[in-house]
Amino acid sequence: MQGTVSLTQFVVISILKIAIGLGALLTLDAYTVLAERKIVGRIQNRWGPSRVGPFGLLQPVADAFKLLFKEDITPPYVYKPLYLLAPVLALALSLCSIAVIPIGNDITIRGYTTALQITDINVGLLVILGITSIGVYGVALAGWSSNNKYSLLGSLRASAQMISYEVALGLSLVGVLILSGTFSLRGIVDAQAGTWIIRGFNTHIPQWNIFPQFVGFLIYLTAAYAETNRIPFDLPEAETELVAGYHTEYSSMKFAMFFMAEYANMITVACLASLLFLGGWHGPLFGPPLMQALLPVFWFTLRVFFFLFLYIWIRGTLPRFRYDQLMAFSWKVLLPLAIANIVIISLVVALTS
Amino acid sequence: MVHIVLFTIFALIAVAGAVNLIAQRHPINSALSLIVVMASLAVEYLLLGAEFLAVIQVIIYAGAIMVLFVFTIMLLNAGEEERTHGSRVALLLGVPGLILGGGTLAWLLFRHSGTVAVAAGALPGFPKEIGRLLFRDFLLPFEVTSVLILIAIMGAVVLASPPKGAQEPIELPPAPQGEE
Repeated sequence: MQGTVSLTQFVVISILKIAIGLGALLTLDAYTVLAERKIVGRIQNRWGPSRVGPFGLLQPVADAFKLLFKEDITPPYVYKPLYLLAPVLALALSLCSIAVIPIGNDITIRGYTTALQITDINVGLLVILGITSIGVYGVALAGWSSNNKYSLLGSLRASAQMISYEVALGLSLVGVLILSGTFSLRGIVDAQAGTWIIRGFNTHIPQWNIFPQFVGFLIYLTAAYAETNRIPFDLPEAETELVAGYHTEYSSMKFAMFFMAEYANMITVACLASLLFLGGWHGPLFGPPLMQALLPVFWFTLRVFFFLFLYIWIRGTLPRFRYDQLMAFSWKVLLPLAIANIVIISLVVALTS
Repeated sequence: MVHIVLFTIFALIAVAGAVNLIAQRHPINSALSLIVVMASLAVEYLLLGAEFLAVIQVIIYAGAIMVLFVFTIMLLNAGEEERTHGSRVALLLGVPGLILGGGTLAWLLFRHSGTVAVAAGALPGFPKEIGRLLFRDFLLPFEVTSVLILIAIMGAVVLASPPKGAQEPIELPPAPQGEE
């Protein structure tokens, strides 16, 4: 990937990229929470947070301080090693995924060319799926080690739901993989450059995977909502039945870690949706060289914000599923649909190529 | 050099996890140790340059199979196991057997290694090559294995279902109408 850099240079640049990536992710994390409170407020015909700073923009800072200085209670009878490990696991894994997500083309600074991504590996997409599949442990262990019935029920629901929807999620991506022929996220984005040309006729429609893979896109979106335990699939923390589900017994910063993990997962899923289905950072480029270098990042961020907004919009609109409906929906609707989608797209690709 | 250091670290973690798996008294700790072993094995694959295999190892073993293990342990609410002194037969036969088996294995590996040195990353195992092997060269064994797994699943279903007439199915209250 990097041609002629020494090990020291590579390490320094990687650490820089990790620091910038993590900083950006955590900031976005905090402001997604604020955006959610603001937008849900508007949907419910109220203002949302508006007191701290201009337009309530400093609210995340106030929230962070509040959570940091709250009393950190460890209830008696919890299984302490796992009780402490669970939030760390949840947050660490959700932050890991950012490592393979590209946000733009290569950039060149002082003769050194680097990718706008912490590391580009050939199996980037699978790495994210792997990290998501391990992410179940954070939730499962939290509920079990809390020694609380509500927590245990919440975490059992969460594990069952995440395992079920992971199947549909994985299968919904196969169509994209068949079309682009690579697991590398950068390769998938590169495969979506240009416009659809049908029989020599330029349609001027961008060559995004969402057009041939619309069904796959809908399956992915639905399964992704369930993976991140968001309304309408937030059964693991259904407050009317389970108090707060798996994080009932967590307070202060430990609770905040679960909260941050959930939003970081949302961001990862939104990034993945933009990369896989909406052409990543492709968009019109114009202006001076610096602007041309930064525009791809802007287009990519715009798509991610769109998906985050969609998340919040749906949260403000839809009621919660019943649990048996949720499981039946995954196995009886999404899974057959995803398999049919794979069969059809494979046939089309095999017959046309 | 970096490879050897990383290999040693993760090999030690894998062995420590395996020992911990047996030494722990609580089933959930044992299951978690097994996850550590599998994750460090995945890192070893990664060090050999087999990215695809490493990630598949994490997704299938750590992500899918072990989640079901942990799930079951949580559902059964299995408590701590009692520590026993072990049986005398196991001690008398097991320890020499272990030494014999381990020694033979080590000797065989030592004897036959070093004839052909394969550099790390020389056989990367790209998804395309693995797919070609599975679905063309070894298609029959692959399909037969899946039938084997299907038989195991059917066996589990048969074992789990109650014998005929032994138990009345539990009557569930009718689901609320008009919601679906």
